Amino acid sequence: MATPIAVRVLEGHLREYRHTWRGTTISSIATPVLFLAAMGLGLGALVDGGRGVDPAGDITYLAWLAPGLLAVSAMQAGAGDGAFPVMAGLQWIRTYHAVVATPVRPGDLLIGNLIWATIRLTVVGAVFVGVAVAFGAMALGPGLAALAPAVLTGIATCAAVSAFMATRKSDLAMSGLFRFVIVPLFLFSGAFFPLSELPAMVEPVARLNPVWHGVELTRGVALDVPTALHWAIHAGVLSTVFVVGTFLGSIAFARVLRA
Amino acid sequence: MNNSPSPNGSPAPLVEARKLVKRFGDFTAVDGIDVEVQAGEAFGFLGPNGAGKSSTMRMVGAVSPPTDGELKVLGLDPVRDGPQIRARLGVVGQDNALDEQLTVGDNLAIYGRYFDLPRSVIRERIDELLDFVQLKERRDSKVDPLSGGMKRRLVIARSLINDPDMVLLDEPTTGLDPQARHALWERLYGLKQRGVTLILTTHYMDEAEQLCDRLVVMDQGRIVAEGAPSQLIATHASREVIELRFPPGEQVNALPKLDGLGEHVEELPDRVLISSNDAEAVVREVHTRGLEPATVLIRRSTLEDVFLRLTGRTLID
Ligand SMILES: Nc1ncnc2c1ncn2[C@@H]1O[C@H](COP(=O)(O)OP(=O)(O)O)[C@@H](O)[C@H]1O
Ligand SMILES: [Mg+2]
Repeated sequence: MATPIAVRVLEGHLREYRHTWRGTTISSIATPVLFLAAMGLGLGALVDGGRGVDPAGDITYLAWLAPGLLAVSAMQAGAGDGAFPVMAGLQWIRTYHAVVATPVRPGDLLIGNLIWATIRLTVVGAVFVGVAVAFGAMALGPGLAALAPAVLTGIATCAAVSAFMATRKSDLAMSGLFRFVIVPLFLFSGAFFPLSELPAMVEPVARLNPVWHGVELTRGVALDVPTALHWAIHAGVLSTVFVVGTFLGSIAFARVLRA
Repeated sequence: MNNSPSPNGSPAPLVEARKLVKRFGDFTAVDGIDVEVQAGEAFGFLGPNGAGKSSTMRMVGAVSPPTDGELKVLGLDPVRDGPQIRARLGVVGQDNALDEQLTVGDNLAIYGRYFDLPRSVIRERIDELLDFVQLKERRDSKVDPLSGGMKRRLVIARSLINDPDMVLLDEPTTGLDPQARHALWERLYGLKQRGVTLILTTHYMDEAEQLCDRLVVMDQGRIVAEGAPSQLIATHASREVIELRFPPGEQVNALPKLDGLGEHVEELPDRVLISSNDAEAVVREVHTRGLEPATVLIRRSTLEDVFLRLTGRTLID
């Protein structure tokens, strides 16, 4: 029986990963762990000594921050996977052009990439959960369950960024994307402070940030606390970004690769 | 080879294009070309940059849909049957598109899986192909440090991983030094001898002469001549060409005096070409007319001269 084509693309990623896993894994785990240590412990002491993040008083800043970090680091890793490899494949090294000279179609390529991102984000996220458990910042069971919304946040970002990058010709667009879109979405995602701390006029705008929906859902699952909106709304926003991103991404890939 | 005979008994061509057109927006890159390539042939597209060679190759490779006209590849429709066609083609694109961070062997293994070849078959073919392109001892080294010629040979090995019925090579030796080009030609010659059908594009007339059984000369999206290299030269050029180079600034003054010499006088920025079937007589006449070129070179006509005669321009600018 023929191997599904997207799976063949996935196999290529796995073989590549044998050579590159050290660098990418270390950076995608070290960064959130450093954030957890610096902000969770350092800033946490300050926050918990003041008003705290939880008016009821149970949840420490460290425990509150950990699931937020899980979601936003998945989002950042997803953005990275949707930007650099796509630019290299379509424009710089043009490896994708060689791939689509085989039975692989542009859409298979994108879907293979997204399956790969799902696996990689799950592995990296699981390691982060392990570290957070060791810090006493998370409980193992709910932490692992929270991987699902965090990974969904990551692959939705990956799909959207892939779609955008496939319409760009220069790497200028990439630094612009990170500086003016990814970083603001990261900072105002509700991972580091509750959006309710923002001025009343700004908060509703910040809630349009899809990453906030990911953070809210991940935190809800990890801490077993109610989410700001019904969980299905948060999941629906993320799924919509993922589906629309994948759809537009397939079109954008085909426009470049089947010109 | 899975090439079914046509009703009249002769084998169906592997590529059959009628009035094939490729447009990008308002711009017409390929302007109604007719091409037929038979099994076992080495067929070439010779033309300068921008002639539409790559656009044609991408249509034949079933990656770029034709804008207009008819195209059959391996008897199939490239738009409808793209994956089936691509499964039986080998493609050496204009860019290497190798994963430079991976090893030589892994580049081939990953590519083989795109065709869904079993791992055992891939292993065997990698050995065989690296042997063929003389990269056997590089199997486990990364691609990045390889020379340009080695990378190009690796791309040829990659294009053969699926044991294709036909190999498309887009400018296989552009940018390589002469030694690397000759090494590559030798490998392509080897492929020809194995009976693999080759289609290649080039803007080097020597490459076309060396490798192609038959070729078309392409310019601005159109085919301006077609035939075997020797036949094209016989039809469109005289036997010999005299190249005259004048001291700086003197060519302008010399030109009127060359009027009527040989069969055709062509002025280039740095020299004057006179085509003739009796070069000695032309050279004598040049001196009789009182001209003193800095150098005089007599050579046989090439495809370059054919192109110049047909288009008034040189292949390499
Ligand atoms: N994707 C594209 N979009 C717009 N124009 C293109 C595209 N690809 C090629 N062209 C144009 O078509 C013409 C022919 O290009 P090409 O087929 O690459 O020629 P060659 O391979 O003979 O150099 C060129 O002028 C080129 O700029
Ligand atoms: Mg070209």
